[in-house]
Amino acid sequence: MTLKKTLLASIIGATVAGSALLPLTASAEALRIGYSADPETLDIHEQLSGGMLRFSHLAFDPLVRWTKDFDFEPRLATEWEQTDDTHIRMTLREGVTFHSGNPFTAKDVVWTIERLQESPDYKAIFEPIASAEAIDDYTVEITTTEPYPLMLNLATYIFPMDSEFYTGETDSGNDKAEIVKAGNSFASRNVSGTGPFRLTDRRQGVRVDFERFEDYWDTETEGNVSSIVLTPISENASRVAALLSGGVDFIDAVPPNDLERIRESGDVELIEVPGTRIIGFQLNQEKVEAFQDVRVRQAVDLAINQEGIADRLMRGFATPAGQFSPEGYSGHNPDLVPRYDLERAQELMAEAGYEDGFTVDMIAPNNRYVNDAQIAQAVANMLSRINIKVNLRTMPLAQYWPEYDTRQSDIAMLGWHSDTEDSANFFQYLSFCIDDETGAGQYNYGNYCNEEIDALVTEADSVTDLERRNEMLREAEAMLYEDVGFVMLHWQNLAYAAANGVDIEPVVNAIDFPYLGDLVINR
Amino acid sequence: MIAFLIKRLMHAVLVMFVISVLAFAIQDNLGDPIQQMVGQSVPESEREALRERLGLNDSFLVQYGRFAKNAVQGDFGYSYFYREPALGVIARHLPATLELVFAATLIIVLLSVPIGVYSAIKPRAVLSRFFMGASIIGISIPVFLTAIVLIQIFSIGITVSLFPESTGWGAWLNGLLSTQGNMPSFGRGYDLVHVVGHWDTNMASWDGLKHLVLPAISLASIMLPLFIRLIRAEMMEVLQSEYVKYARAKGISMRRVYFVHALKNTMLPVITVGGVQIGTMVAYTILTETVFQWPGMGLMFLDAINRADIPLIVAYLMIVGVIFVVTNTIVDLIYGFVNPTVKLTGKPA
Repeated sequence: MTLKKTLLASIIGATVAGSALLPLTASAEALRIGYSADPETLDIHEQLSGGMLRFSHLAFDPLVRWTKDFDFEPRLATEWEQTDDTHIRMTLREGVTFHSGNPFTAKDVVWTIERLQESPDYKAIFEPIASAEAIDDYTVEITTTEPYPLMLNLATYIFPMDSEFYTGETDSGNDKAEIVKAGNSFASRNVSGTGPFRLTDRRQGVRVDFERFEDYWDTETEGNVSSIVLTPISENASRVAALLSGGVDFIDAVPPNDLERIRESGDVELIEVPGTRIIGFQLNQEKVEAFQDVRVRQAVDLAINQEGIADRLMRGFATPAGQFSPEGYSGHNPDLVPRYDLERAQELMAEAGYEDGFTVDMIAPNNRYVNDAQIAQAVANMLSRINIKVNLRTMPLAQYWPEYDTRQSDIAMLGWHSDTEDSANFFQYLSFCIDDETGAGQYNYGNYCNEEIDALVTEADSVTDLERRNEMLREAEAMLYEDVGFVMLHWQNLAYAAANGVDIEPVVNAIDFPYLGDLVINR
Repeated sequence: MIAFLIKRLMHAVLVMFVISVLAFAIQDNLGDPIQQMVGQSVPESEREALRERLGLNDSFLVQYGRFAKNAVQGDFGYSYFYREPALGVIARHLPATLELVFAATLIIVLLSVPIGVYSAIKPRAVLSRFFMGASIIGISIPVFLTAIVLIQIFSIGITVSLFPESTGWGAWLNGLLSTQGNMPSFGRGYDLVHVVGHWDTNMASWDGLKHLVLPAISLASIMLPLFIRLIRAEMMEVLQSEYVKYARAKGISMRRVYFVHALKNTMLPVITVGGVQIGTMVAYTILTETVFQWPGMGLMFLDAINRADIPLIVAYLMIVGVIFVVTNTIVDLIYGFVNPTVKLTGKPA
C-alpha cells in the first residue's frame, strides 16, 4: 500500500518537475512557408519531383538522408553493412510509430521497396534491386542483381510507408496501395508516414497545413516548429513580396533580380547554396555535320564565356562549370574548369574549314531554369563571334519538351539534376550512345557517341570500391571535357530567404530539400 | 421574355460548342501534359503507356467525340493536376473570383459615378482636370504594375529619406511619405467565413476584407478610368439636350436636374458597356490573381496552361463563354427594364 503510494507520489513529482522544466526549451513556433510549388499529390511514389521529395521529408522519414557535405546521415536506418558484393543489411530504428499509430517495422520497408519497384517514376532508379527481405522486425536485407555501389544513394529515396494503413480496399473497391498517375487513388488523398509533421488539411494549389507529430521518434532534435502552413506562390515577385511584407516566414527560389533587395533588407536573411543542376547545351550532330568534328565542338565551348555569364547575367547566382559533376559529387574533377579563349576558338574553326561559319537553329525554354532565355541569347551572341549565326527560339516549358523530343533543332538547352546525386547518372542520360532498348542516352539530344566513355562509366557502376570508382568517374569527366560531349555552362545556385530568427541555414542543402523537422525559430 | 431567354440559352450552347471545338483543335499546341506528370528519368515506354491510358493518342475526332458525349451528360473531363472533375475544380475556384469581381465593381460604381458627374458639371474645375489627367495615366498602366506598386507601398512599406532628417520639417515630410505596409500581399487569408457549398467569403471578417482590398483596387484600376470618362462624356452630352435646358428653364432645382433627369439618361449606355466590361474583368482577373496569388479561376487557369492541363483549360474556356452570355443577357434585361421602349424579342413594336 505504502509502496504504491510512494510510487504514485514519485511519478507525480517527476511529472511536475518535468513540466516545470519545459519553459526552458525553445517555445513552439508556427512556420508559414511560401514555396514556388506545392506537392502535386500525397502519394510519394506517384511522381518523382522536387515538390514531392520536399513533402516526403515533412510527412515521412527516409532510411538515410544526405548531409550538407554529401555524406549519409542515419534516419530510420541506424546501421548498414555490405555483407557481400550484392547484399546489404540494414538495422532499423526501434520505437518509431506512424502517424496512424501503427508501429514501424521491417515489413514496412520491404513493402515500400516493392511499391517503389512498381512506380513508373522510380522503377528505373530501383532496377538494381533484386529483392528486399525482412530478417527480423528491425533488420532488412536488400539484394542487388549485380554489385551496386550506390545502394545508400537509393536509400535516401526509401521513405517507409505505413504498410498496414495502405493495405486493403477502399469503399469503392479499389486497392489502397495502387499508384495511379493523375488519378484519384487512396494514397493520393490519404497519408501516414513517420515524419516530423502530420498533414492536417490540404487544399490543392491554395495551402497545405501540417502539425508537429507528437509521437515523433527524434526527440533529440532542437527543431521547434509546431505547425506549418505551406502556400504555393508561383509568381517570383509575389513570393518575394510575401516574405518582405511579413506574410510568410520562409521562401524558396529567390529570383536573381531580387537577391540584392533581399540582402539589403534588414528584416530578412538570404541563404545561397551552390546547386547541383548542370545547365548546358547539346549540339545536334545528326542535323549539323560540322558538329561531328571535335574541333568545331571545342570551338563552340571555347567561344562561350561561362564566367561572364555567371558573373553578369546570373549576378553571381551560378557556379561556372567545366564538367557535369558539381563539387561534392563522386566524379568531380577539380582540374576541369571553363576555358574561354576566343582566339583559339576562331583558330579551331579555321582549322576545321569553317572559317566563314554557318547558320544554326537553337531552342531554349523561357520559364524553366533561372534566366534561361537570356542565357540562350547571350550564348547565341557569343557564337556569332566565331561566325556561327544562331536563330534562337525560346518557348514556355509546356511547349519546350514536345519540341525537344522531336530533336529537330540544331542546338538545344538542357538542365539536368542527377536523381541519384551521383556522377554516373549524368553520363547515362545525357552523353551515352543512344540505345532505345536500354533507355541509355534518353536525353542525348545531339546523338553524341563515345563508346570509350560509356564503357568506363558502365564499368565504374559495378565497382563497389568507392575510391576506385571515383577515380574512374573523374577520368570519364576528363575524356568528355576533351571531346566536348556536352557544352557545360554552370550549376545554378539555390537561394532561400527567411525572416530574421528563422534559422534556415543549418537545414537547407544543395539537394533542395530543407529538413524542416530540425528548423529552430528564435523570434 | 421567355422566347428571349430561350434564344439566349441556345446562344450559350452554341458558344460552348464552338469554344470546345476550338480548344480541342489547339490542344496539341498547348504542350505535352505527360512531361509534367512524370519524372525526368521515366523511359519513353512508360510515357507512351500513360499517353495511351489518358487517350491522348486517339485522333482529334475520337477525342472530341468522347469529350462531347460526356459533356452533354455534364462531365467535362478530369483535371490531370487536381485529380478530380474539371467542373468541380472550377466550381471551387469560382466564388473567390466572383467576390473579387464584385468588390472591384463596387469600387468602380462608388467612385466613377460621383467623379464622372462632377467633372461633367464642372469641366473646368482644377479637380476635374486632375481627374481627367489621372484617368489617362490610369488607363495606360498595366494591371500587374499597379498591383506590384500597391504591394510595395501598402504591404512591404517604403521608407522615404528624400528630405534632411535632421530638420524638423524634413523628418515630418519623410514620415508623411513613408508607409508602414501591413496589408496582406497574397491569398485570401485564413479567416474566411463559410457560407454555403464551395463558397467561403472574404466579406464577413476584418482579416478577409483586408486581404480583398489590394486585389480589388488593382482589378478596378483598369476599368475605373474608362467609366469615369464614359460617364463624363455621356453626362456632358445629356446636359446639352433640349429637355435638360427645358427643365432648367422651368426652374427645377439644379440638383434634381442633374441627379434625376440627366443621370438617368446617362446611365443607359453605361449599363451596356458595363455589362460587357464585367465579362472582360473576369478575364483580367488572370493577371490580378496571379500577382496576389488569389486562389480564383484566373490563377487556376494560368497554372493549368503552365501544366498543359488540357481538360481544365477546355472547361474553363467554356465556362467563361457562358459567363459572357449570361452577363450580356442580364444587361439586356436590365436595359429593357430601365428603358421600356426597348423590345427584347426584337419584334416590331
